[in-house]
Amino acid sequence: MVASGTRDRAAVAAKESSAPRRNAAYRSTVGIKVVMAVTGLLFLTFLVLHMAGNLKIFFGAESFDHYAHWLRDIGAPALPHEWFLWIQRGVLTLALVGHVWAAATLALRAKRARPIGYAHRPKVQGSYAARTMRWGGVIILLFLVWHLLDLTVGTVNPVGNPATPYANVVAGFAPSRWPVTLFYVLAVVAVGFHVRHGLFSALRTLGQRTANGERWARVAALGFAILLCVGFLVVPFAVLVGWVGPA
Amino acid sequence: MKLTLRIWRQSDREARGKMVTYKIDDISTDMSFLEVLDVLNEQLTATGEEPVAFDHDCREGICGACGMVINGVAHGPQKLTTACQLHMRHFKDGDTIDVEPWRARAFPVVKDLVVDRGAFDRIIQAGGYISAPTGSAPDAHATPVPKPDADAAFEAAACIGCGACVAACPNGSAMLFTAAKVAHLGALPQGQPERASRAAAMLHAHDEADFGGCTNTGECTAVCPKGIPLTVIGAMNHDVLGSAIRGR
Ligand code: HEM
Ligand code: SF4
Ligand code: FES
Repeated sequence: MVASGTRDRAAVAAKESSAPRRNAAYRSTVGIKVVMAVTGLLFLTFLVLHMAGNLKIFFGAESFDHYAHWLRDIGAPALPHEWFLWIQRGVLTLALVGHVWAAATLALRAKRARPIGYAHRPKVQGSYAARTMRWGGVIILLFLVWHLLDLTVGTVNPVGNPATPYANVVAGFAPSRWPVTLFYVLAVVAVGFHVRHGLFSALRTLGQRTANGERWARVAALGFAILLCVGFLVVPFAVLVGWVGPA
Repeated sequence: MKLTLRIWRQSDREARGKMVTYKIDDISTDMSFLEVLDVLNEQLTATGEEPVAFDHDCREGICGACGMVINGVAHGPQKLTTACQLHMRHFKDGDTIDVEPWRARAFPVVKDLVVDRGAFDRIIQAGGYISAPTGSAPDAHATPVPKPDADAAFEAAACIGCGACVAACPNGSAMLFTAAKVAHLGALPQGQPERASRAAAMLHAHDEADFGGCTNTGECTAVCPKGIPLTVIGAMNHDVLGSAIRGR
Protein backbone atom coordinates (compact mmCIF):
# COMPACT_ATOMS: atom_id res chain seq x y z
CA MET A 1 0.00 0.00 0.00
CA VAL A 2 2.66 2.43 1.15
CA ALA A 3 4.91 1.56 -1.75
CA SER A 4 2.19 1.99 -4.33
CA GLY A 5 1.11 5.24 -2.71
CA THR A 6 4.66 6.55 -3.02
CA ARG A 7 4.81 5.48 -6.61
CA ASP A 8 1.55 7.24 -7.34
CA ARG A 9 2.86 10.42 -5.82
CA ALA A 10 6.10 10.08 -7.79
CA ALA A 11 4.07 9.59 -10.95
CA VAL A 12 2.01 12.66 -10.19
CA ALA A 13 5.15 14.69 -9.47
CA ALA A 14 6.73 13.53 -12.74
CA LYS A 15 3.58 14.45 -14.61
CA GLU A 16 3.50 17.87 -13.01
CA SER A 17 7.10 18.61 -13.87
CA SER A 18 6.43 17.77 -17.51
CA ALA A 19 3.23 19.79 -17.37
CA PRO A 20 3.32 23.09 -19.22
CA ARG A 21 4.91 25.95 -17.40
CA ARG A 22 6.33 29.17 -18.63
CA ASN A 23 7.02 28.75 -22.33
CA ALA A 24 3.86 26.84 -23.10
CA ALA A 25 1.85 30.02 -23.49
CA TYR A 26 4.29 31.40 -26.06
CA ARG A 27 4.14 28.31 -28.23
CA SER A 28 0.38 27.90 -27.92
CA THR A 29 -2.24 28.78 -30.51
CA VAL A 30 -2.86 31.94 -28.51
CA GLY A 31 0.86 32.79 -28.68
CA ILE A 32 0.71 32.47 -32.47
CA LYS A 33 -2.30 34.77 -32.49
CA VAL A 34 -0.43 37.33 -30.43
CA VAL A 35 2.25 37.42 -33.14
CA MET A 36 -0.51 37.99 -35.68
CA ALA A 37 -2.19 40.65 -33.56
CA VAL A 38 0.94 42.66 -32.73
CA THR A 39 2.29 42.59 -36.30
CA GLY A 40 -1.19 43.36 -37.64
CA LEU A 41 -1.49 46.40 -35.37
CA LEU A 42 1.92 47.54 -36.59
CA PHE A 43 0.69 47.32 -40.21
CA LEU A 44 -2.45 49.17 -39.26
CA THR A 45 -0.43 52.03 -37.73
CA PHE A 46 1.74 52.15 -40.84
CA LEU A 47 -1.30 52.16 -43.14
CA VAL A 48 -2.99 55.02 -41.30
CA LEU A 49 0.17 57.15 -41.53
CA HIS A 50 0.71 56.12 -45.16
CA MET A 51 -2.85 57.06 -46.03
CA ALA A 52 -2.60 60.42 -44.28
CA GLY A 53 0.66 61.14 -46.13
CA ASN A 54 -0.94 60.30 -49.48
CA LEU A 55 -3.52 63.02 -48.94
CA LYS A 56 -0.69 65.55 -49.29
CA ILE A 57 -1.26 65.13 -53.02
CA PHE A 58 -4.21 67.54 -52.73
CA PHE A 59 -1.77 70.30 -51.77
CA GLY A 60 0.01 70.14 -55.12
CA ALA A 61 3.05 68.59 -56.75
CA GLU A 62 5.62 70.57 -54.85
CA SER A 63 4.11 69.84 -51.45
CA PHE A 64 3.73 66.11 -52.23
CA ASP A 65 7.24 65.67 -53.64
CA HIS A 66 8.69 67.63 -50.75
CA TYR A 67 6.87 65.35 -48.29
CA ALA A 68 8.17 62.28 -50.11
CA HIS A 69 11.73 63.58 -49.93
CA TRP A 70 11.33 64.52 -46.28
CA LEU A 71 10.43 60.88 -45.56
CA ARG A 72 13.97 60.04 -46.63
CA ASP A 73 15.43 62.37 -44.08
CA ILE A 74 13.40 61.51 -40.97
CA GLY A 75 15.72 61.46 -37.97
CA ALA A 76 18.29 63.76 -39.62
CA PRO A 77 20.84 64.76 -38.64
CA ALA A 78 21.07 61.96 -36.08
CA LEU A 79 20.23 59.40 -38.76
CA PRO A 80 21.95 59.62 -42.15
CA HIS A 81 19.86 59.99 -45.37
CA GLU A 82 17.31 57.19 -45.85
CA TRP A 83 18.34 55.33 -42.70
CA PHE A 84 14.97 55.72 -41.05
CA LEU A 85 13.25 54.50 -44.20
CA TRP A 86 15.38 51.39 -44.34
CA ILE A 87 14.92 50.63 -40.64
CA GLN A 88 11.18 50.98 -41.08
CA ARG A 89 11.21 48.76 -44.16
CA GLY A 90 13.22 46.16 -42.28
CA VAL A 91 10.83 46.16 -39.34
CA LEU A 92 7.76 45.93 -41.57
CA THR A 93 9.30 43.09 -43.59
CA LEU A 94 10.06 41.13 -40.44
CA ALA A 95 6.54 41.81 -39.23
CA LEU A 96 5.14 40.57 -42.54
CA VAL A 97 7.14 37.35 -42.29
CA GLY A 98 5.83 36.85 -38.74
CA HIS A 99 2.26 37.68 -39.73
CA VAL A 100 2.19 35.34 -42.72
CA TRP A 101 3.97 32.61 -40.74
CA ALA A 102 1.32 32.86 -38.01
CA ALA A 103 -1.51 32.85 -40.57
CA ALA A 104 -0.07 29.82 -42.38
CA THR A 105 0.56 27.92 -39.14
CA LEU A 106 -3.00 28.42 -37.95
CA ALA A 107 -4.42 27.58 -41.39
CA LEU A 108 -2.49 24.28 -41.44
CA ARG A 109 -3.62 23.53 -37.89
CA ALA A 110 -7.22 24.19 -38.88
CA LYS A 111 -6.92 21.78 -41.81
CA ARG A 112 -5.46 19.13 -39.54
CA ALA A 113 -8.16 19.65 -36.93
CA ARG A 114 -10.95 18.56 -39.30
CA PRO A 115 -9.73 15.70 -41.50
CA ILE A 116 -13.26 14.73 -42.60
CA GLY A 117 -15.51 17.57 -43.69
CA TYR A 118 -19.28 17.80 -43.62
CA ALA A 119 -21.37 16.35 -46.44
CA HIS A 120 -23.84 19.17 -45.90
CA ARG A 121 -21.68 22.26 -46.06
CA PRO A 122 -22.09 24.26 -42.87
CA LYS A 123 -24.16 27.40 -43.20
CA VAL A 124 -22.08 30.49 -42.51
CA GLN A 125 -23.34 32.36 -39.49
CA GLY A 126 -20.30 34.50 -38.70
CA SER A 127 -19.10 37.57 -40.57
CA TYR A 128 -18.00 37.65 -44.19
CA ALA A 129 -14.87 39.56 -43.23
CA ALA A 130 -13.84 36.83 -40.79
CA ARG A 131 -14.30 34.15 -43.43
CA THR A 132 -12.11 35.88 -45.99
CA MET A 133 -9.05 36.61 -43.84
CA ARG A 134 -6.85 33.98 -45.47
CA TRP A 135 -7.66 34.64 -49.12
CA GLY A 136 -7.94 38.35 -48.45
CA GLY A 137 -4.44 38.26 -46.97
CA VAL A 138 -3.07 36.54 -50.07
CA ILE A 139 -4.68 39.17 -52.34
CA ILE A 140 -3.14 41.92 -50.21
CA LEU A 141 0.25 40.23 -50.48
CA LEU A 142 0.04 40.01 -54.29
CA PHE A 143 -1.07 43.61 -54.41
CA LEU A 144 1.83 44.63 -52.21
CA VAL A 145 4.30 43.24 -54.77
CA TRP A 146 2.65 45.16 -57.61
CA HIS A 147 2.37 48.32 -55.53
CA LEU A 148 6.07 48.33 -54.66
CA LEU A 149 7.04 47.76 -58.31
CA ASP A 150 4.66 50.53 -59.34
CA LEU A 151 5.15 53.41 -56.95
CA THR A 152 8.30 52.58 -54.98
CA VAL A 153 10.69 51.00 -57.49
CA GLY A 154 8.86 52.33 -60.54
CA THR A 155 9.39 49.32 -62.82
CA VAL A 156 5.74 49.01 -63.86
CA ASN A 157 4.94 52.75 -63.68
CA PRO A 158 4.75 54.80 -66.91
CA VAL A 159 6.96 57.51 -65.40
CA GLY A 160 8.66 55.54 -62.69
CA ASN A 161 11.02 58.25 -61.52
CA PRO A 162 11.64 58.04 -57.76
CA ALA A 163 12.52 61.75 -57.77
CA THR A 164 9.00 62.76 -58.95
CA PRO A 165 6.40 60.82 -56.94
CA TYR A 166 3.59 63.24 -57.90
CA ALA A 167 4.15 62.61 -61.61
CA ASN A 168 4.33 58.84 -60.95
CA VAL A 169 0.94 58.86 -59.20
CA VAL A 170 -0.75 61.00 -61.87
CA ALA A 171 0.61 58.80 -64.68
CA GLY A 172 -0.08 55.58 -62.78
CA PHE A 173 -3.79 56.28 -62.29
CA ALA A 174 -4.38 57.89 -65.68
CA PRO A 175 -7.84 56.94 -67.10
CA SER A 176 -6.26 54.74 -69.78
CA ARG A 177 -4.74 52.59 -67.05
CA TRP A 178 -8.15 51.77 -65.54
CA PRO A 179 -7.44 48.04 -65.06
CA VAL A 180 -4.58 48.98 -62.75
CA THR A 181 -6.81 51.40 -60.87
CA LEU A 182 -9.46 48.70 -60.58
CA PHE A 183 -6.88 46.36 -59.08
CA TYR A 184 -6.01 49.06 -56.55
CA VAL A 185 -9.65 49.46 -55.63
CA LEU A 186 -10.13 45.73 -55.12
CA ALA A 187 -6.98 45.48 -53.04
CA VAL A 188 -7.91 48.43 -50.84
CA VAL A 189 -11.37 46.99 -50.29
CA ALA A 190 -9.67 43.70 -49.36
CA VAL A 191 -7.56 45.63 -46.84
CA GLY A 192 -10.77 47.18 -45.51
CA PHE A 193 -12.35 43.77 -44.93
CA HIS A 194 -9.12 42.46 -43.47
CA VAL A 195 -8.89 45.32 -41.00
CA ARG A 196 -12.57 45.04 -40.12
CA HIS A 197 -12.13 41.55 -38.74
CA GLY A 198 -8.42 41.89 -37.99
CA LEU A 199 -8.65 44.81 -35.59
CA PHE A 200 -11.56 43.25 -33.73
CA SER A 201 -9.73 39.95 -33.57
CA ALA A 202 -6.44 41.53 -32.49
CA LEU A 203 -8.06 43.34 -29.58
CA ARG A 204 -9.74 40.12 -28.49
CA THR A 205 -6.46 38.22 -28.80
CA LEU A 206 -4.79 40.82 -26.60
CA GLY A 207 -7.39 40.30 -23.88
CA GLN A 208 -10.39 42.51 -24.69
CA ARG A 209 -13.06 40.73 -22.65
CA THR A 210 -16.09 42.85 -21.76
CA ALA A 211 -19.37 43.10 -23.65
CA ASN A 212 -19.11 46.88 -23.70
CA GLY A 213 -15.50 46.76 -24.91
CA GLU A 214 -16.60 44.35 -27.63
CA ARG A 215 -19.08 46.90 -28.95
CA TRP A 216 -16.34 49.53 -29.03
CA ALA A 217 -13.93 47.13 -30.69
CA ARG A 218 -16.46 46.46 -33.46
CA VAL A 219 -17.08 50.17 -33.97
CA ALA A 220 -13.35 50.92 -34.04
CA ALA A 221 -12.67 48.07 -36.48
CA LEU A 222 -15.40 49.24 -38.85
CA GLY A 223 -14.28 52.87 -38.44
CA PHE A 224 -10.66 52.12 -39.32
CA ALA A 225 -11.73 49.95 -42.24
CA ILE A 226 -13.87 52.73 -43.70
CA LEU A 227 -11.24 55.38 -42.97
CA LEU A 228 -8.57 53.39 -44.81
CA CYS A 229 -10.83 52.59 -47.76
CA VAL A 230 -11.95 56.18 -48.24
CA GLY A 231 -8.53 57.71 -47.53
CA PHE A 232 -6.66 55.42 -49.91
CA LEU A 233 -9.24 55.43 -52.70
CA VAL A 234 -9.82 59.16 -52.86
CA VAL A 235 -6.38 59.64 -54.46
CA PRO A 236 -6.79 57.35 -57.52
CA PHE A 237 -10.38 58.62 -57.82
CA ALA A 238 -9.18 62.24 -57.86
CA VAL A 239 -6.64 61.45 -60.59
CA LEU A 240 -9.22 59.53 -62.59
CA VAL A 241 -11.72 62.40 -62.65
CA GLY A 242 -9.06 65.09 -63.07
CA TRP A 243 -9.11 66.83 -59.68
CA VAL A 244 -5.45 65.99 -59.46
CA GLY A 245 -3.75 66.47 -62.81
CA PRO A 246 -0.28 66.92 -64.30
CA ALA A 247 1.72 69.53 -62.36
CA MET B 1 -45.28 14.70 -41.69
CA LYS B 2 -43.08 12.67 -44.01
CA LEU B 3 -39.34 13.12 -43.99
CA THR B 4 -36.26 11.88 -45.78
CA LEU B 5 -33.28 11.51 -43.46
CA ARG B 6 -29.74 11.17 -44.71
CA ILE B 7 -27.70 9.93 -41.80
CA TRP B 8 -24.00 9.20 -41.37
CA ARG B 9 -23.57 5.48 -40.71
CA GLN B 10 -20.26 4.15 -39.48
CA SER B 11 -20.09 0.77 -37.72
CA ASP B 12 -17.01 1.45 -35.57
CA ARG B 13 -13.98 3.73 -35.15
CA GLU B 14 -12.02 2.16 -37.99
CA ALA B 15 -14.84 1.66 -40.47
CA ARG B 16 -15.36 3.99 -43.41
CA GLY B 17 -18.71 5.62 -42.95
CA LYS B 18 -21.20 6.95 -45.47
CA MET B 19 -24.45 8.85 -45.68
CA VAL B 20 -27.47 6.50 -45.84
CA THR B 21 -30.97 7.61 -46.86
CA TYR B 22 -34.09 6.64 -44.87
CA LYS B 23 -37.74 7.48 -45.48
CA ILE B 24 -39.93 8.01 -42.47
CA ASP B 25 -43.65 8.79 -42.14
CA ASP B 26 -46.06 9.76 -39.37
CA ILE B 27 -43.81 12.29 -37.70
CA SER B 28 -45.67 14.63 -35.39
CA THR B 29 -44.62 18.28 -35.28
CA ASP B 30 -44.54 17.96 -31.48
CA MET B 31 -41.76 15.38 -31.59
CA SER B 32 -38.22 16.31 -30.76
CA PHE B 33 -35.47 15.54 -33.22
CA LEU B 34 -34.23 12.69 -31.04
CA GLU B 35 -37.73 11.20 -30.96
CA VAL B 36 -37.64 11.10 -34.75
CA LEU B 37 -34.46 9.06 -34.48
CA ASP B 38 -36.21 6.83 -31.92
CA VAL B 39 -39.03 6.21 -34.40
CA LEU B 40 -36.52 5.47 -37.14
CA ASN B 41 -34.66 3.06 -34.86
CA GLU B 42 -37.86 1.15 -34.06
CA GLN B 43 -38.46 0.86 -37.78
CA LEU B 44 -34.88 -0.35 -38.33
CA THR B 45 -35.03 -2.85 -35.47
CA ALA B 46 -38.30 -4.26 -36.81
CA THR B 47 -36.65 -4.97 -40.15
CA GLY B 48 -33.57 -6.44 -38.48
CA GLU B 49 -31.28 -3.53 -39.32
CA GLU B 50 -28.77 -1.95 -36.94
CA PRO B 51 -30.31 1.09 -35.20
CA VAL B 52 -28.61 4.50 -35.51
CA ALA B 53 -26.35 5.15 -32.51
CA PHE B 54 -26.57 8.63 -31.01
CA ASP B 55 -25.75 10.14 -27.62
CA HIS B 56 -28.50 11.39 -25.35
CA ASP B 57 -29.34 11.48 -21.69
CA CYS B 58 -31.51 14.15 -20.09
CA ARG B 59 -33.45 15.18 -23.19
CA GLU B 60 -34.07 18.44 -21.37
CA GLY B 61 -31.25 20.48 -22.84
CA ILE B 62 -29.15 20.46 -19.68
CA CYS B 63 -26.74 17.53 -19.75
CA GLY B 64 -24.75 18.13 -22.93
CA ALA B 65 -24.87 14.52 -24.08
CA CYS B 66 -26.77 14.98 -27.31
CA GLY B 67 -25.38 16.65 -30.37
CA MET B 68 -25.37 16.22 -34.11
CA VAL B 69 -24.99 18.44 -37.13
CA ILE B 70 -28.40 18.87 -38.72
CA ASN B 71 -28.43 20.34 -42.24
CA GLY B 72 -24.95 21.75 -41.71
CA VAL B 73 -25.70 23.44 -38.38
CA ALA B 74 -24.67 22.01 -35.02
CA HIS B 75 -27.84 21.17 -33.01
CA GLY B 76 -29.94 22.22 -36.00
CA PRO B 77 -31.62 25.41 -37.17
CA GLN B 78 -33.10 26.67 -33.89
CA LYS B 79 -30.88 29.09 -31.93
CA LEU B 80 -30.08 28.41 -28.25
CA THR B 81 -31.48 24.89 -28.56
CA THR B 82 -29.95 21.44 -28.15
CA ALA B 83 -30.87 18.66 -30.57
CA CYS B 84 -33.02 17.01 -27.87
CA GLN B 85 -35.05 20.21 -27.49
CA LEU B 86 -35.37 20.84 -31.22
CA HIS B 87 -38.96 20.24 -32.27
CA MET B 88 -40.11 19.09 -35.65
CA ARG B 89 -42.37 22.11 -36.13
CA HIS B 90 -39.20 23.85 -37.32
CA PHE B 91 -39.20 21.56 -40.37
CA LYS B 92 -41.59 21.19 -43.28
CA ASP B 93 -43.42 18.13 -44.50
CA GLY B 94 -41.33 16.44 -47.18
CA ASP B 95 -38.02 17.91 -46.02
CA THR B 96 -34.77 16.10 -46.58
CA ILE B 97 -32.59 16.41 -43.50
CA ASP B 98 -28.86 15.63 -43.35
CA VAL B 99 -27.58 14.36 -40.02
CA GLU B 100 -23.86 14.08 -39.33
CA PRO B 101 -21.63 13.63 -36.28
CA TRP B 102 -19.42 16.43 -34.91
CA ARG B 103 -16.41 16.58 -37.21
CA ALA B 104 -13.04 17.07 -35.56
CA ARG B 105 -9.82 15.11 -35.32
CA ALA B 106 -10.06 15.50 -31.54
CA PHE B 107 -13.58 13.96 -31.56
CA PRO B 108 -13.17 10.61 -33.35
CA VAL B 109 -16.41 8.93 -34.40
CA VAL B 110 -17.13 5.90 -32.20
CA LYS B 111 -20.23 4.79 -34.06
CA ASP B 112 -22.70 6.55 -36.38
CA LEU B 113 -23.45 9.90 -34.68
CA VAL B 114 -21.56 9.15 -31.46
CA VAL B 115 -18.17 10.82 -31.07
CA ASP B 116 -15.58 10.43 -28.33
CA ARG B 117 -15.45 13.75 -26.47
CA GLY B 118 -12.72 12.57 -24.09
CA ALA B 119 -10.59 15.49 -25.28
CA PHE B 120 -12.92 17.80 -23.30
CA ASP B 121 -12.27 15.70 -20.17
CA ARG B 122 -8.53 16.07 -20.67
CA ILE B 123 -8.91 19.86 -20.94
CA ILE B 124 -10.88 19.88 -17.67
CA GLN B 125 -8.33 17.60 -16.00
CA ALA B 126 -5.60 20.06 -16.93
CA GLY B 127 -7.09 22.80 -14.76
CA GLY B 128 -10.85 23.11 -14.95
CA TYR B 129 -11.30 22.93 -11.19
CA ILE B 130 -10.15 24.68 -8.04
CA SER B 131 -7.85 23.00 -5.52
CA ALA B 132 -9.74 23.30 -2.28
CA PRO B 133 -10.26 21.20 0.81
CA THR B 134 -13.39 19.16 0.30
CA GLY B 135 -15.80 18.17 3.02
CA SER B 136 -19.09 19.68 3.96
CA ALA B 137 -20.18 22.57 1.77
CA PRO B 138 -19.13 25.99 3.12
CA ASP B 139 -21.78 28.57 3.97
CA ALA B 140 -22.97 30.33 0.84
CA HIS B 141 -21.92 33.72 2.21
CA ALA B 142 -18.54 32.57 3.56
CA THR B 143 -16.79 34.24 0.61
CA PRO B 144 -18.69 37.27 -0.68
CA VAL B 145 -18.83 37.57 -4.48
CA PRO B 146 -19.76 40.88 -6.14
CA LYS B 147 -22.96 40.55 -8.16
CA PRO B 148 -21.41 41.40 -11.57
CA ASP B 149 -18.70 38.75 -11.01
CA ALA B 150 -21.29 36.20 -9.97
CA ASP B 151 -23.32 36.98 -13.09
CA ALA B 152 -20.26 36.69 -15.35
CA ALA B 153 -19.28 33.40 -13.73
CA PHE B 154 -22.81 32.07 -14.04
CA GLU B 155 -23.08 33.03 -17.70
CA ALA B 156 -19.88 31.11 -18.48
CA ALA B 157 -20.79 28.22 -16.18
CA ALA B 158 -23.90 27.55 -18.25
CA CYS B 159 -21.71 25.64 -20.75
CA ILE B 160 -22.89 22.02 -20.85
CA GLY B 161 -19.83 20.70 -22.70
CA CYS B 162 -21.77 19.48 -25.71
CA GLY B 163 -19.07 20.24 -28.27
CA ALA B 164 -21.24 22.12 -30.77
CA CYS B 165 -18.74 24.98 -30.76
CA VAL B 166 -16.03 22.63 -32.05
CA ALA B 167 -18.37 21.15 -34.65
CA ALA B 168 -19.22 24.60 -36.02
CA CYS B 169 -15.78 26.20 -35.87
CA PRO B 170 -14.14 26.51 -39.31
CA ASN B 171 -10.82 25.87 -37.52
CA GLY B 172 -12.06 22.95 -35.43
CA SER B 173 -11.12 24.95 -32.34
CA ALA B 174 -12.48 24.28 -28.84
CA MET B 175 -11.71 27.76 -27.60
CA LEU B 176 -15.31 28.62 -26.64
CA PHE B 177 -15.62 25.54 -24.42
CA THR B 178 -12.16 25.96 -22.88
CA ALA B 179 -12.59 29.68 -22.40
CA ALA B 180 -16.02 29.23 -20.81
CA LYS B 181 -14.40 27.11 -18.09
CA VAL B 182 -11.45 29.49 -17.66
CA ALA B 183 -13.74 32.54 -17.51
CA HIS B 184 -16.14 30.85 -15.10
CA LEU B 185 -13.48 29.97 -12.52
CA GLY B 186 -11.44 33.10 -13.18
CA ALA B 187 -14.39 35.34 -12.29
CA LEU B 188 -14.73 33.94 -8.77
CA PRO B 189 -12.56 34.56 -5.68
CA GLN B 190 -12.03 30.81 -5.19
CA GLY B 191 -10.52 30.61 -8.67
CA GLN B 192 -7.89 33.33 -8.20
CA PRO B 193 -4.88 31.39 -6.81
CA GLU B 194 -4.69 29.13 -9.88
CA ARG B 195 -6.01 31.63 -12.40
CA ALA B 196 -2.92 32.15 -14.58
CA SER B 197 -1.61 28.60 -14.45
CA ARG B 198 -5.10 27.24 -15.12
CA ALA B 199 -5.47 29.22 -18.34
CA ALA B 200 -2.04 28.15 -19.60
CA ALA B 201 -2.51 24.50 -18.65
CA MET B 202 -5.98 24.22 -20.17
CA LEU B 203 -4.81 25.91 -23.35
CA HIS B 204 -1.91 23.47 -23.52
CA ALA B 205 -4.30 20.52 -23.17
CA HIS B 206 -6.54 22.08 -25.83
CA ASP B 207 -3.67 22.41 -28.31
CA GLU B 208 -2.33 18.91 -27.48
CA ALA B 209 -5.72 17.41 -28.28
CA ASP B 210 -5.34 18.62 -31.89
CA PHE B 211 -8.03 21.26 -31.76
CA GLY B 212 -7.39 24.19 -34.11
CA GLY B 213 -6.54 27.76 -33.14
CA CYS B 214 -9.28 30.34 -32.64
CA THR B 215 -9.69 33.14 -35.18
CA ASN B 216 -12.56 34.90 -33.38
CA THR B 217 -14.91 34.09 -36.24
CA GLY B 218 -17.88 33.54 -33.95
CA GLU B 219 -19.45 30.47 -35.58
CA CYS B 220 -19.25 28.84 -32.13
CA THR B 221 -21.40 31.39 -30.30
CA ALA B 222 -23.96 31.24 -33.08
CA VAL B 223 -24.63 27.54 -32.48
CA CYS B 224 -23.99 27.35 -28.73
CA PRO B 225 -27.21 26.12 -27.10
CA LYS B 226 -26.32 28.06 -23.95
CA GLY B 227 -25.38 31.32 -25.68
CA ILE B 228 -21.84 31.41 -24.26
CA PRO B 229 -20.55 34.79 -25.51
CA LEU B 230 -17.35 35.30 -27.47
CA THR B 231 -16.09 37.60 -24.70
CA VAL B 232 -15.08 34.55 -22.63
CA ILE B 233 -12.34 33.97 -25.22
CA GLY B 234 -11.00 37.44 -24.45
CA ALA B 235 -11.04 36.58 -20.76
CA MET B 236 -9.05 33.43 -21.47
CA ASN B 237 -6.55 35.25 -23.70
CA HIS B 238 -6.15 37.82 -20.96
CA ASP B 239 -5.29 35.12 -18.42
CA VAL B 240 -2.98 33.31 -20.84
CA LEU B 241 -1.07 36.54 -21.49
CA GLY B 242 -0.95 37.14 -17.76
CA SER B 243 0.51 33.69 -17.33
CA ALA B 244 3.15 34.29 -20.00
CA ILE B 245 4.14 37.65 -18.55
CA ARG B 246 4.21 36.51 -14.94
CA GLY B 247 5.84 33.19 -15.83
CA ARG B 248 3.45 30.82 -14.14
C1 HEM C 1 -1.87 45.60 -45.11
C2 HEM C 1 -1.40 44.63 -44.47
C3 HEM C 1 -2.07 43.90 -43.33
C4 HEM C 1 -2.70 44.38 -42.21
C5 HEM C 1 -2.97 45.81 -41.82
C6 HEM C 1 -3.11 43.23 -41.43
C7 HEM C 1 -3.74 43.28 -40.20
C8 HEM C 1 -4.18 42.20 -39.48
C9 HEM C 1 -4.66 42.20 -38.13
C10 HEM C 1 -4.77 43.43 -37.22
C11 HEM C 1 -5.00 40.92 -37.81
C12 HEM C 1 -5.59 40.43 -36.50
C13 HEM C 1 -4.76 39.60 -35.64
C14 HEM C 1 -5.58 38.69 -34.80
O1 HEM C 1 -6.31 37.85 -35.36
O2 HEM C 1 -5.52 38.77 -33.58
C15 HEM C 1 -4.76 40.11 -38.96
C16 HEM C 1 -5.02 38.76 -39.04
C17 HEM C 1 -4.74 37.97 -40.14
N1 HEM C 1 -4.00 38.33 -41.26
FE1 HEM C 1 -3.42 40.20 -41.69
N2 HEM C 1 -2.77 42.08 -42.10
C18 HEM C 1 -2.13 42.46 -43.27
C19 HEM C 1 -1.63 41.64 -44.24
C20 HEM C 1 -1.82 40.28 -44.31
C21 HEM C 1 -1.24 39.44 -45.32
C22 HEM C 1 -0.31 39.90 -46.44
C23 HEM C 1 -1.68 38.20 -45.05
C24 HEM C 1 -1.24 37.03 -45.91
C25 HEM C 1 -1.63 35.86 -45.90
C26 HEM C 1 -2.56 38.24 -43.89
C27 HEM C 1 -3.27 37.19 -43.31
C28 HEM C 1 -3.95 37.24 -42.10
C29 HEM C 1 -4.69 36.16 -41.51
C30 HEM C 1 -4.93 34.80 -42.13
C31 HEM C 1 -5.16 36.61 -40.28
C32 HEM C 1 -5.95 35.80 -39.25
C33 HEM C 1 -7.34 36.14 -39.35
C34 HEM C 1 -8.19 35.67 -38.26
O3 HEM C 1 -7.94 36.00 -37.10
O4 HEM C 1 -9.15 35.00 -38.63
N3 HEM C 1 -2.61 39.54 -43.45
N4 HEM C 1 -4.24 40.89 -39.97
S1 SF4 D 1 -19.51 26.55 -25.21
FE1 SF4 D 1 -21.63 26.13 -25.85
S2 SF4 D 1 -21.38 24.89 -27.71
FE2 SF4 D 1 -19.42 24.82 -26.65
S3 SF4 D 1 -19.47 22.99 -25.36
FE3 SF4 D 1 -20.21 24.70 -24.06
S4 SF4 D 1 -22.44 24.69 -24.33
FE4 SF4 D 1 -21.64 23.41 -25.99
S1 FES E 1 -29.84 14.98 -24.07
FE1 FES E 1 -29.15 16.26 -22.42
S2 FES E 1 -28.80 18.13 -23.48
FE2 FES E 1 -29.72 16.94 -25.04
